[in-house]
Amino acid sequence: MEDGEPSQQTLSIARAWGELHSVRMDAITPFAPDAIASILQRAADDLHVSAVFAAGTDRGNDVMARLAARTGLPFAANVIAADIAGSVTRQRWGGSLLENAELRSARLLISVAPFAVHITEGPAPSTVDVKRYIEELDPRDLIVQVKEHIDPPGGGVSLAEAKVVVSGGRGVGSKEGFAIIEELAGLLGGRVGCSRVVTSAGWRPHSDQVGQTGTKISPDLYIACGISGATQHMAGCKGAKKILAINADPEAPIMSLADYSVVGDLKEVVPAISAEIRKLR
Amino acid sequence: MVLAPDKKALETRHLGFTISPHEECGVEEAVRIIEAGGGESVVLTLGPPEAVEQLRDAMALGIDRAIHLQTDGSEWDGESTAAAIVDAIRIEEASGPFDLIFFGNESADAGGYQVGLRVAYALRRPCVTGLKGVKVEGANVRCEQDTGAGRDVYVMPLPAVVTVKEGLNLPRYPSVPGRMRAARKPLTTSNPTRPEQNLKPVELSVPGGPGRQTKLLGSGPDVATAVVEMFREIGIA
Repeated sequence: MEDGEPSQQTLSIARAWGELHSVRMDAITPFAPDAIASILQRAADDLHVSAVFAAGTDRGNDVMARLAARTGLPFAANVIAADIAGSVTRQRWGGSLLENAELRSARLLISVAPFAVHITEGPAPSTVDVKRYIEELDPRDLIVQVKEHIDPPGGGVSLAEAKVVVSGGRGVGSKEGFAIIEELAGLLGGRVGCSRVVTSAGWRPHSDQVGQTGTKISPDLYIACGISGATQHMAGCKGAKKILAINADPEAPIMSLADYSVVGDLKEVVPAISAEIRKLR
Repeated sequence: MVLAPDKKALETRHLGFTISPHEECGVEEAVRIIEAGGGESVVLTLGPPEAVEQLRDAMALGIDRAIHLQTDGSEWDGESTAAAIVDAIRIEEASGPFDLIFFGNESADAGGYQVGLRVAYALRRPCVTGLKGVKVEGANVRCEQDTGAGRDVYVMPLPAVVTVKEGLNLPRYPSVPGRMRAARKPLTTSNPTRPEQNLKPVELSVPGGPGRQTKLLGSGPDVATAVVEMFREIGIA
């Protein structure tokens, strides 16, 4: 399913499979997940498919769960490996744990975890039969439909896209304590992040939270200041190329999960790093 | 993470339990809606006998009563969890439907992404997932979904089902009087039968890979020079 005509990427995938059945998403724009699930159900029935895959994104998981609910079939989310017999490996705990499971179903409903599967070359291209696949929609399936879009507040790069993220945890101590974190982030052209304990205390907004239930990030450098490194936090920052941990406790879990560690009081170490950067400019 | 010897569960003997972040925000939002507009709120969970502590926690935050679908601690897949919840809701709704049913978007542990939607379909109610904003407006509910590039807004007629994410609100801390009241609030327990599982866990494992080799750069503020040198080496600053 795509907006407009099938993309080159879709066509190349279809060539590998030999047949493409295309649904133009602009026929159901704005986004209406029940309508998409109903089209998927009809297509899967008509084509007698043995498996339906979707990306394990928010929308992908949402639509697959609707398809599962309306067909009464089981659904395995965030799978990283599967075979046609229904043996799957899927992510739990935001990817901190893997589960081998049996999916018992005549039709496998599977979403694929983002960034978990390597794309390989398909077989040689064959002819593609592009079929339009649009059906009459039941008005009930258009009750849930996007009515309006609110643009994000402007100002700089998002936490998810930042090349450098400087995060503070419990060790920062207070809302005001984040001044030194902001200063270092500013000098490095990065964004400020934080751990869950910080948002729960009201020191920073939830939009700054890195972790399983916050934002998952993959910057070039992640600097974790006064953060212990709980599993739920690491689930959000494990995509970072390099992690620097600054912590007064050398035994904190993050001190052995990072690429670089500094033992010390972040209230002394962080301003010293900022001063050093300034000195060299 | 430490696995139990049979590799079918986490070793939880030394762990505490808590309401998961998404669900905690759902509880808080329900309490706020009732505080503002009146009515009654009910919390429900499917889980082992110890889960009663989390139900009391929710009542300490202001929920009026609780329903415990008690299990023996074995895992239930999303399909059977939803079915048990639907059965319980149907009994509760003999006198009329709940206007709004909250779920966490996905459970912190199993991450199935489906229970709320399955319940909504079974009850033939509209459902929007992953919400960071929920506002009851007359006979409708306005829903805001974070898309990573702003927010999509949906408006659904009540009764409806929503699944929410952490960040929807900042949950309050339970007060001491709240905890004392919670101990006296009504809690009903039933023991649903676990059906055959169609998504059946076989074994858990901790993802492999080499992990990171940690290099200690030093200690105290004098380490700043070494840190900035490292920034340069990796192409930052």
